[in-house]
Amino acid sequence: MTKTEENKQGILNINLRTKTLIITGIALLILISVFVSNYFIDHTAVLTSNFYNVNQPPSFEHWFGTDWMGRDMFMRTLLGLGISIGVGAFASIISTIVAILLGVFSSVNTVVDEIVTAVIDLFGSIPHILLIILVSLAFGGGYYGVVMAVGLTHWTPLARILRAEIKKINTSEYIKLSNEFGKSKMWIARKHIFPLIISQIIVGVILMFPHAIMHEASISFLGFGLPAHEPAIGIILSESMKYLSMGYWWLAFYPGLSLLFLVLLFDLIGENVHKLLDPQSAQE
Amino acid sequence: MYLNANNISFSYRKNKPILKNISISIPDNKVIGLMGDSGSGKSTLCKVISGYLNNYTGTITIDNELIDKTGYCPAQLIFQHPEKTMNPKWKMHKVLSESWNPPQELKDTFGLKEGWMNRWPSELSGGELQRFSILRALNPNTKFIIADEISTMLDTVTQVQIWDSLIDYCKKNKIGILAVSHDKELLEVIADNIVLFNDINKL
Repeated sequence: MTKTEENKQGILNINLRTKTLIITGIALLILISVFVSNYFIDHTAVLTSNFYNVNQPPSFEHWFGTDWMGRDMFMRTLLGLGISIGVGAFASIISTIVAILLGVFSSVNTVVDEIVTAVIDLFGSIPHILLIILVSLAFGGGYYGVVMAVGLTHWTPLARILRAEIKKINTSEYIKLSNEFGKSKMWIARKHIFPLIISQIIVGVILMFPHAIMHEASISFLGFGLPAHEPAIGIILSESMKYLSMGYWWLAFYPGLSLLFLVLLFDLIGENVHKLLDPQSAQE
Repeated sequence: MYLNANNISFSYRKNKPILKNISISIPDNKVIGLMGDSGSGKSTLCKVISGYLNNYTGTITIDNELIDKTGYCPAQLIFQHPEKTMNPKWKMHKVLSESWNPPQELKDTFGLKEGWMNRWPSELSGGELQRFSILRALNPNTKFIIADEISTMLDTVTQVQIWDSLIDYCKKNKIGILAVSHDKELLEVIADNIVLFNDINKL
């Protein structure tokens, strides 16, 4: 062990598990504070135009600068991130419900399994953005349309994972042995299968967030998503396109960076939760 | 009490029978050794007797009564690879109690240490896990033990220890044992009768 490592261990005498928990906790705290701050910000006061300070570069007063109508970009970004988290949450829940239903259905028998696999492949083969736009329009657009569109298109990877996982568990010897011990199917599903797939579900939900958020932003950017009066990140980015050539770089830079940061935070939480729930790595 | 398997035939694929009209009878006070080459169908016979494979022809009876397929199976199979028969997310005390809660002295005779109870299956060695899977199969409802190469991965001293305590318990509680192995010396020590499982089907 080198000297620096020794020092490190002396100062921060914590194991990997505690460290992972702390990092996850901090990331979660940031996300929750972003989301909760939405309810304390006075929307009308923040979003009304103020032509005395138009197009101000970033300063201590306006951290992310102001836009062409004098609105504070930091507040707009914060509201946009809140909307993103909201869309991500609803869409993830819808996706997960669909994925669980299909995963459980596939374990009924081989014919149903074939059908489920075909449906998963069918949805997986259509380009994501195209499908999201179509479903969003079919549901009438707006917030509701975006949530349904993102939710109804993102379940394929999780459904595939759950199907494979349930299949693997069902054919394992400890399930057969449980049958030998005279346990009922419900008992096996409750005690054996559910606890084994719940970690996959939790990790799947969390890792679906970044996807949902990115897709929400991209279809809003393309103009098929949230209406223009909402302070969504995609709309902020597409509006700022017009002003980039004039040198107002902060209009796109900070909101884009915040979105990236948000996505990375969700990714980090997902990875860490996966680490904590996996029995192989949980005790390290 | 006898476990009788009469005219068992079984094939994994059509027209390729792996078991053909096999009959075997296991008394509840004896250890029957079953010996044969690799791939001769020993494990398949074990799985058929203990109810893991269902589409066989023939009958399996205990005292002339067919085995009830819904409840606890009185013929319990112990596998060669114990780690596969345990839920990786269950701690050992839970694994054991899925079948029953054995008394402390029985845990001692099989050499189960108290500290093992709170570990995950991935934290114990194959030999340690095999003690759990043997003890788990010794539920009071068990009438016959089908031991499919249960000691192959153990060293000789542990083999003797485990077989001694298993046979001791089974003789006391009138549990019949079908011991499958390709280790002739082991079977000669532990078994009362040895059945040779010849590969007649594949000729």
